[in-house]
Amino acid sequence: MGLFTMPSLGADMEAGQLVEWLVAPGDVVRRGDVVAVVETQKGAIEVETFEAGTVQRLIATIGQDLPVGAPMALILAEDEAAPPDLPAAALPAATLDNDAKQAPPPADLPVRKAGADGAAASPAARARAHALGIDLSQITGQGPDGAILLADVEASALSATKPAKTPRGDIRPGPGTEMRRAIAAAMTRSKQTIPHVYLSQTIDIQDVMDRLNGWNAQRPPAERILPGAVFLRATARAAVDVPQINGHWVDDGFAPAQTVNLGVAIALRGGGLVAPAMMSVETLTLPQVMAGMRDLVTRARAGRLRASEMTKGTLTLSSLGETGAEAMTGVIFPPQVALVGIGAPHVRPWVVGRTVKPRVLITLTVSADHRALDGRLVSRFIAAFETHLHSPEEP
Amino acid sequence: MTKDDIRDCFLEELVKVAPDIDPETVQPDAHLQDDLGLDSMDILNLVTALHARLGIDIPEKSYPEIATPARAVDWIALTLG
Repeated sequence: MGLFTMPSLGADMEAGQLVEWLVAPGDVVRRGDVVAVVETQKGAIEVETFEAGTVQRLIATIGQDLPVGAPMALILAEDEAAPPDLPAAALPAATLDNDAKQAPPPADLPVRKAGADGAAASPAARARAHALGIDLSQITGQGPDGAILLADVEASALSATKPAKTPRGDIRPGPGTEMRRAIAAAMTRSKQTIPHVYLSQTIDIQDVMDRLNGWNAQRPPAERILPGAVFLRATARAAVDVPQINGHWVDDGFAPAQTVNLGVAIALRGGGLVAPAMMSVETLTLPQVMAGMRDLVTRARAGRLRASEMTKGTLTLSSLGETGAEAMTGVIFPPQVALVGIGAPHVRPWVVGRTVKPRVLITLTVSADHRALDGRLVSRFIAAFETHLHSPEEP
Repeated sequence: MTKDDIRDCFLEELVKVAPDIDPETVQPDAHLQDDLGLDSMDILNLVTALHARLGIDIPEKSYPEIATPARAVDWIALTLG
């Protein structure tokens, strides 16, 4: 494969920090193997290789901030030659880490001279300042000719977030601040560019709850199934029936996906939210979906999600769990074209036959990109969801 | 197993499920979902861990019995006999 580079883990990602190598020179890697852990705005992400080969050399070092596309390692297949333009020791200036203060940037990649904003700064510093919302003109650079380096931006961010006096003494940005910025950027872009249209339906899930209660009562905790898994499976199967809802909006057109990689919105304890994708959910049995959901939640909590899970989602389900508000009108994750929001189940009066009975109900709301979808199609999706929800398969 | 042992054990498994919780600051009457913010998946993982560690099977209909650390310790002690 040649150079293994910093992947883009979302449209808004510009750089990531290498925090761990999981391979060493001489190691043989297969397609899909996790080779490194990268810290991003969305937390620590495990990065996989998509080509098989032998690790020849690790180019990036631990702690280094790397822009998207920066070389990280050299991985060669058998009989494959190293690319001729491989940087020997000369990493682009953009990949310099905190040692940048001591090391002048290579001559062939000069620090960008004063631009429109009047500041000379390295590309990494620019990317970081942009990500942090810092005005470069307010920073004093420590680099050659007063150029602003990544370390200067980091120092500025640190001092800016540590005011000498905090009014209440306990106000400080928590570890979720970076993620908050990532969410803010993605959601703002979504609402500014996607014309959302919303369709809702109240659904009686008493039969689903009764079936699950019966199944779970006879099984040890490790084999129990939560309603969320039933919603995931029904969403995936409905997306097979209405494929116009499953895919990406790219270049002014809809690109349908071949499988349903269902993003699962997971609220992180301590704030923030990630929506890693579970692959090919339409092919899984209910116990498999439950196991997959458990695995995703556990790894999201531990900060061990994989790069592919962050980028390959084709539709997202956001379910509020078993307590909380009864409905949610969600914001679509671009470039996806729909988000399925399900409120917490509540017992409400419901007409069954000719009588009113207490039943467990959910409110399902589909947020759809009106460029790609019309109300009629979304209605069909909701009807298909309901059909699959009530299909008396296991359990 | 004394109640202190059960409490230690319960808090250990709770912190594994929710690593941001400081076991020193958890009040005995803190509600796992309302006060500590555990969701249904966290509760299931906690119940699964307690099952593996102590051999006690907490059925879904008994989840209210472990809604707080204090109630959980009492219920587990009773169940273990």
